[in-house]
Amino acid sequence: MSAAGERSVEAVGLDAPRAAVPKLLAPSPHHALFWLCAVLLGAALVVGLRLIGNEYGYFAGYFILQYIVLSSAWNILGGYAGYVNFGAAGFMAAGAYTAIALRKAFGLDLLPGIVAAGFVAGLLGLGTGYLTLRLRGVFFSIATLCLAVVLQTLIVNWDYVGGSRGAYIVRPREVPPFVSYGEYMFVVMLVLAILAVGISRTVELSRLGRGLQAIRDNERAAEAVGVPTLRLKLIATTLCGALMGVAGAPLPYYSGYLNPEAAFSLAYAVNAIAMPLIGGAGSWLGPVIGAVLLGGLQQAATVTISSALNLWIVGWMLVIFVALFPRGIIGWFRRRA
Amino acid sequence: MSAALQDPAPAPLLRAEKVGKRFGGFVALAEVDLVLRPGERLGLIGPNGSGKSTFVNCISGDFAQHDGSVTLAGAKLDGLKPHARARRGLARTFQLPQPFRSLTVLENVRVPLLFGGHAADATERAMACLEQVELAAKAARLPRELTQVEQRRLELARAIALDPQLLIADEAMAGLSHAEVDQIIALLLRLNAAGTAVIMIEHIMRAVTEFSERLIVFVAGRKIADGAPREVLAMPEVEGAYLGKQ
Repeated sequence: MSAAGERSVEAVGLDAPRAAVPKLLAPSPHHALFWLCAVLLGAALVVGLRLIGNEYGYFAGYFILQYIVLSSAWNILGGYAGYVNFGAAGFMAAGAYTAIALRKAFGLDLLPGIVAAGFVAGLLGLGTGYLTLRLRGVFFSIATLCLAVVLQTLIVNWDYVGGSRGAYIVRPREVPPFVSYGEYMFVVMLVLAILAVGISRTVELSRLGRGLQAIRDNERAAEAVGVPTLRLKLIATTLCGALMGVAGAPLPYYSGYLNPEAAFSLAYAVNAIAMPLIGGAGSWLGPVIGAVLLGGLQQAATVTISSALNLWIVGWMLVIFVALFPRGIIGWFRRRA
Repeated sequence: MSAALQDPAPAPLLRAEKVGKRFGGFVALAEVDLVLRPGERLGLIGPNGSGKSTFVNCISGDFAQHDGSVTLAGAKLDGLKPHARARRGLARTFQLPQPFRSLTVLENVRVPLLFGGHAADATERAMACLEQVELAAKAARLPRELTQVEQRRLELARAIALDPQLLIADEAMAGLSHAEVDQIIALLLRLNAAGTAVIMIEHIMRAVTEFSERLIVFVAGRKIADGAPREVLAMPEVEGAYLGKQ
């Protein structure tokens, strides 16, 4: 900075012997340890499910992992920056229909489809952010909800990807070296979940994460101390959109058929919000806990009673947690600690 | 002419030219001119609604759209967002403390350093800033655990972390006791002694007169007085603005 600035730094003692920093306050991200643990846990899940040898295990696992990706993506914008995105289903469907369109146009397989879905949904997130991030609070949320409605209307009227009658993707019987197609889809979603959680964690512990947290706490003060709020929010909407699109890309490959009603299901939007809130929004671990808990409960209800109860369960859980544990499970543990 | 060459006036740090702001048909600020020297201590007073905070918001970039022009150290600030002005050395505090409530005291001060090119040693620098405001012992606390005066000091630590050329302290002493006001004045004087110019907006007359080298007075969006504190406070117009015309 200027000479005057340098003088003031010297005088306030910043170039003097460094002040003692309490050990507990020094950030210790342990990135390598995290990735190692994540890969080991993932490998243990694959081996465990193969030993059990039940196809339903892969289905339930895929269901939960998909929500880990979706809720981790939501958490980057909603949990860290405090901008509540009601349009999760829209971004997810954008990813799913990108995969369908590319399959139809170029015969592209799932993996390039996932990359393209992330790119398209990321661009959609960037555009949405640019148009809506001057809005705050509930106005931003309504704008994202509107986006999902507009996208659904577009897809319903786009015959190339099946329109309102939906689109089919022929599933192969098996994909070597996996024992079944279910295992292949599970492993794909497992890798995506590890990447999504890793990205979410890296964001939380990075300069970007601190900036987003400052925006969430007080956007005006953040701007006043040099945080480029609009730029950070655009990065967050892009990342959030891209990861939601990535979560949606395998959807038509998994079920073999996708129509707009399923792709834009209210369940995605509600779960994407409820899971981080219940697990603990603002922490990378919160959405993982929320997705495992709520996703597991929904699967248990589907198997034992009916899938019609899924949103009913989510609603009750949300009410209970908002009333008793407003900071989610992670927040409750931190408070007790 | 030769005298002027031998002793040239220092280039102004802040120059506000015909700065004005309207809200619909209401003129909140009308063509205010202000020149501030590097390292100067300026007091800005005026009754409620006189345009003080509007002026500050125009300078700091909170009001992006306003009439007139603002330059800092010769560089035009017009059109720049508040974060860009902050990085050029313009720091401000708010009438009500606005900490990042979920971040610890230390993290509050690290934020400006992380985005101000000091990411590598942000923690050490933040601790040094906290020591300046005597808050180092509470680095791990959350802002809600601080007293009112400590929250004010945290605001100042965050401002110091910007390494400012100019600090605008907007009612930084509102609601504080006599002794606490003295603490904040001492802090601002230390910062000023280190080379930072300070604009103090305050209703506490004792603080303003004790601190300021120069005083300007706003009434109804206009600057009505500019000069040495004692002279300005003795002006009939200023007396009239505060006590009512007889």
